[in-house]
Amino acid sequence: METAPKPGRGVPPKRDKPQAKRKKPRRYWEEETTPAAVATSPGPPRKKARTGESRPPRSKSAHIAQKSRFSKKPPISKTAPDWKKPQRTLSGAQDPFPGPVPAPLEEARKFCRIDKSKTLPHSKPKTQSKLEKAEAQEEEASVRAARAELLLAEEPGFLVGEDGEDTAKILQTDIVEAVDIASAAKHFDLNLRQFGPYRLNYSRTGRHLALGGRRGHVAALDWVTKKLMCEINVMEAVRDIHFLHSEALLAVAQNRWLYIYDNQGIELHCIRRCDRVTRLEFLPFHFLLATTSETGFLTYLDVSVGKIVTALNVRAGRLSVMAQNPYNAVIHLGHSNGTVSLWSPAVKEPLAKILCHRGGVRAVAVDSTGTYMATSGLDHQLKIFDLRGTFQPLSSRTLPQGAGHLAFSQRGLLVAGMGDVVNIWAGQGKASPPSLEQPYLTHRLSGHVHGLQFCPFEDVLGVGHSGGFTSMLVPGAAEPNFDGLENNPYRSRKQRQEWEVKALLEKVPAELICLNPRALAEVDVVTLEQQKKERIERLGYDPDAKAAFQPKAKQKGRSSTASLVKRKKKVMDQEHRDKVRQSLEQQQQKKKQDMAMPPGARPSALDRFVRRAREGGLQVDP
Amino acid sequence: MKVKMLSRNPDNYVRETKLDIQRVPRNYDPTLHPFEVPREYVRALNATKLERVFAKPFLASLDGHRDGVNCLAKHPKSLASVLSGACDGEVKIWNLTKRKCIRTIQAHEGFVRGMCTRFCGTSFFTVGDDKTVKQWKMDGPGYGEEEEPLYTVLGKTVYTGIDHHWKDPVFATCGQQVDIWDEQRTSPVCSMNWGFDSISSVKFNPVETFLLGSCASDRNIVLYDMRQATPLKKVILEMRTNTICWNPMEAFNFTAANEDYNLYTFDMRALDTPVMVHMDHVSAVLDVDYSPTGKEFVSASFDKSIRIFPVDKSRSREVYHTKRMQHVMCVKWTSDSKYIMCGSDEMNIRLWKANASEKLGVLTSREKAANDYNQKLKEKFQYHPHVKRIARHRHLPKSIYSQIQEQRVMKEARRRKEMNRRKHSKPGSVPIVSERKKHVVAVVK
Repeated sequence: METAPKPGRGVPPKRDKPQAKRKKPRRYWEEETTPAAVATSPGPPRKKARTGESRPPRSKSAHIAQKSRFSKKPPISKTAPDWKKPQRTLSGAQDPFPGPVPAPLEEARKFCRIDKSKTLPHSKPKTQSKLEKAEAQEEEASVRAARAELLLAEEPGFLVGEDGEDTAKILQTDIVEAVDIASAAKHFDLNLRQFGPYRLNYSRTGRHLALGGRRGHVAALDWVTKKLMCEINVMEAVRDIHFLHSEALLAVAQNRWLYIYDNQGIELHCIRRCDRVTRLEFLPFHFLLATTSETGFLTYLDVSVGKIVTALNVRAGRLSVMAQNPYNAVIHLGHSNGTVSLWSPAVKEPLAKILCHRGGVRAVAVDSTGTYMATSGLDHQLKIFDLRGTFQPLSSRTLPQGAGHLAFSQRGLLVAGMGDVVNIWAGQGKASPPSLEQPYLTHRLSGHVHGLQFCPFEDVLGVGHSGGFTSMLVPGAAEPNFDGLENNPYRSRKQRQEWEVKALLEKVPAELICLNPRALAEVDVVTLEQQKKERIERLGYDPDAKAAFQPKAKQKGRSSTASLVKRKKKVMDQEHRDKVRQSLEQQQQKKKQDMAMPPGARPSALDRFVRRAREGGLQVDP
Repeated sequence: MKVKMLSRNPDNYVRETKLDIQRVPRNYDPTLHPFEVPREYVRALNATKLERVFAKPFLASLDGHRDGVNCLAKHPKSLASVLSGACDGEVKIWNLTKRKCIRTIQAHEGFVRGMCTRFCGTSFFTVGDDKTVKQWKMDGPGYGEEEEPLYTVLGKTVYTGIDHHWKDPVFATCGQQVDIWDEQRTSPVCSMNWGFDSISSVKFNPVETFLLGSCASDRNIVLYDMRQATPLKKVILEMRTNTICWNPMEAFNFTAANEDYNLYTFDMRALDTPVMVHMDHVSAVLDVDYSPTGKEFVSASFDKSIRIFPVDKSRSREVYHTKRMQHVMCVKWTSDSKYIMCGSDEMNIRLWKANASEKLGVLTSREKAANDYNQKLKEKFQYHPHVKRIARHRHLPKSIYSQIQEQRVMKEARRRKEMNRRKHSKPGSVPIVSERKKHVVAVVK
């Protein structure tokens, strides 16, 4: 490929000559004119330099290339840009893939944190450029994150029927036979008829399982290795059980109080301020344990310091339906009047109330992206709501029995427990709602369902029922690739300790819980009125307000009360007259404007009548 | 039926031996990292708090002078050495790494008024109250030799300041007039003046090296051109300017330290409006010096404190003070942009960190990464009220604190009075003058 002449060699001696002739002082920026930059532009640019242009011609292609990384569109142009032409290296080798790496725009959308539909607030140029730069950087970050998707090791599971085969008809035993031994071992039944029905909870890493039987049986186990951590009987009714931030602590809602055990089964705390607790939810990033009680209180307990943050009186009677929105840590409570109310510890009133069902709400679940909420009620309906602002139902379905328990998986599968049957529905993907037309899987259990949860990072659904506990295989339920710094199922003890310290350091304050968790990073556009109000609040007075007239005291008996009042009245009357005059002027102006012709209209001979008629009408009016 | 279950091989996720590092697979999917904004906010808040916890800027005090320190000079080639001149005519050369004085010269009778080093770092110049200009070798005298200047020029009047050209063997002094000297001659090459007043400082422009700036006690700042041997233009401010300093990166900008407690950054090309008015001192500003990056400068004031200002901000980023530090006469930002030196009335030179909470010494790459991350977070959340309050909080001595309050009241009263005057006079007869234009009296060409 020796077609193009190599300009780099012949020219430099020529170039040196005029420079030697020129005796202009060298500026610091002139050193940038490297031989290559000048040599590539033969002819005219050199002439220019001789005529005394001090600034070197900036290499345009480099500039564009640099800018294109931040530009909103990928650099596509009809004429082949510079980088598309093969560039020659010293060795003569050619870059087979010239130019920047094409950006994976489709995948990048998942990582995009900015809402492009919103325009930037009007601001000063400097701020504007800063905002634009920040946006460009965010975009760049999303592209890079999308490129890093390539490194993900695992693929999600799936279950596909042969043509015409209904996956709902596939039995667990079929799946167990078809999959590998390690996966088959994840399907098991615990036959615990004595203390049932069971509530269950998986730890955040998906490695540990806690079981709480109604008749006092509490057990925690590493379910993957089937190693029992502890097993006790609390000799009291157990209503709910939940792991705290790590598998070392376990909260149990018992008949009277709330208890906290460690993984050895040793009672650490008895929290008497939370009494008659029915349901437990743990907000891991806030270190808050949300409890609902029979007495109608929603109580937030900060488990890092052991203080009760708020106790909210919901005023809706007994509370026994609760779910958390994992996207924004808002607690959803279902009530017997068919509404679902959304709560934050920072606000005494519900953030929103959604009327979902005729008759009471039996179960609520929110998916991991915080976009969809599934509810089921006494009216045997199962509904899916959109939580993005509108709170409208997307789809609904009548179930023969009505679902008593609902849960979403990490990849958006919805499970409903109806009597002794569980149904699982799947959607198109992670970001779409499950379609309620046809179930993805069904399974009949040996007892009535009492608790449901998908195991995080494993294709497993845990079901607690009156006959014990069942671990079901649900291919495609879980996120295949975990993040080692957030929830690592394979973490060592040291890693867990490290993670615990980090997590505690960045504990999010309870006051920041609101419907939009990204609101903190958005530009707070203050209106002029609000600014003025704040200023008045800060100063303690309105600096622009007119002070009331106070007559000056005068000498020689002219400051009697009567004369003071008179003077005051005089000023007030004057002001009043001014005001009236002003308003009259305004009225007249408005009238003029009204009568003024629209721009571009031609005057007509008949206009005079129109005007007179209007004036006449106005005169008559008063 | 086609089925695939998620089945991980644990060997891919745990380390093989105890000698390996732990494997940490990453997945940047936003749904696996909820609450990223609130968590970043908490991190930023923690970083800001830690910054205030670790803010210990004072490094060392160099004592040894027997009178107040009047001027400082940086060594152009060596970061470790610094020169200082005192009010009793003594000049000391310090080694900063050892924090010791390595040489003492009785240079003048009376004050050492000004001091500068030659660009090559082999010698330095001093001017004093005894009407002399002396050149000294940077290295000490050999064994048995007397401490003597290389040469001495006897002048007619007192010289109050000196600065050396950045490239040529030329220096400039100021006093009754601005004199340009060739190093080889005993009389000035040219002398320039505009009006009759004593000039307190003169500075060469670091880029257009034939340009000079000076400030005189009749409240003006004059720019000179060395080639034409004439003054170019001057700007008259409301009060006297003590020193000026050129921005080393954008050398058309300079900052003037004024007696009216403010500093003014001017663009040389448009002197009628300063680019920025820097207000925070509560007494006359005596000295100013730029950081080598040209983004910030440090100012020394009569109010016993030094402050660091960003060039484009009117309020200071940092204030340094100690109980024992008296009126600060001179200040210098070291050439590695990491330290600040100030010489004060009570005979000490103090060494400060330019970035109060910076960790000194070699940083590991993880420390560096954490530092950069925290810096970015602080920048991102700097406008949040809680973060802002913590980042802005500085402890001030009572005298400065109360003076700030007092001056706030005075300023508010002045503003109110002007507002009332505007309200009660004919519309347009009392114009609104911006803070920048307020202090410039006139520009003469």
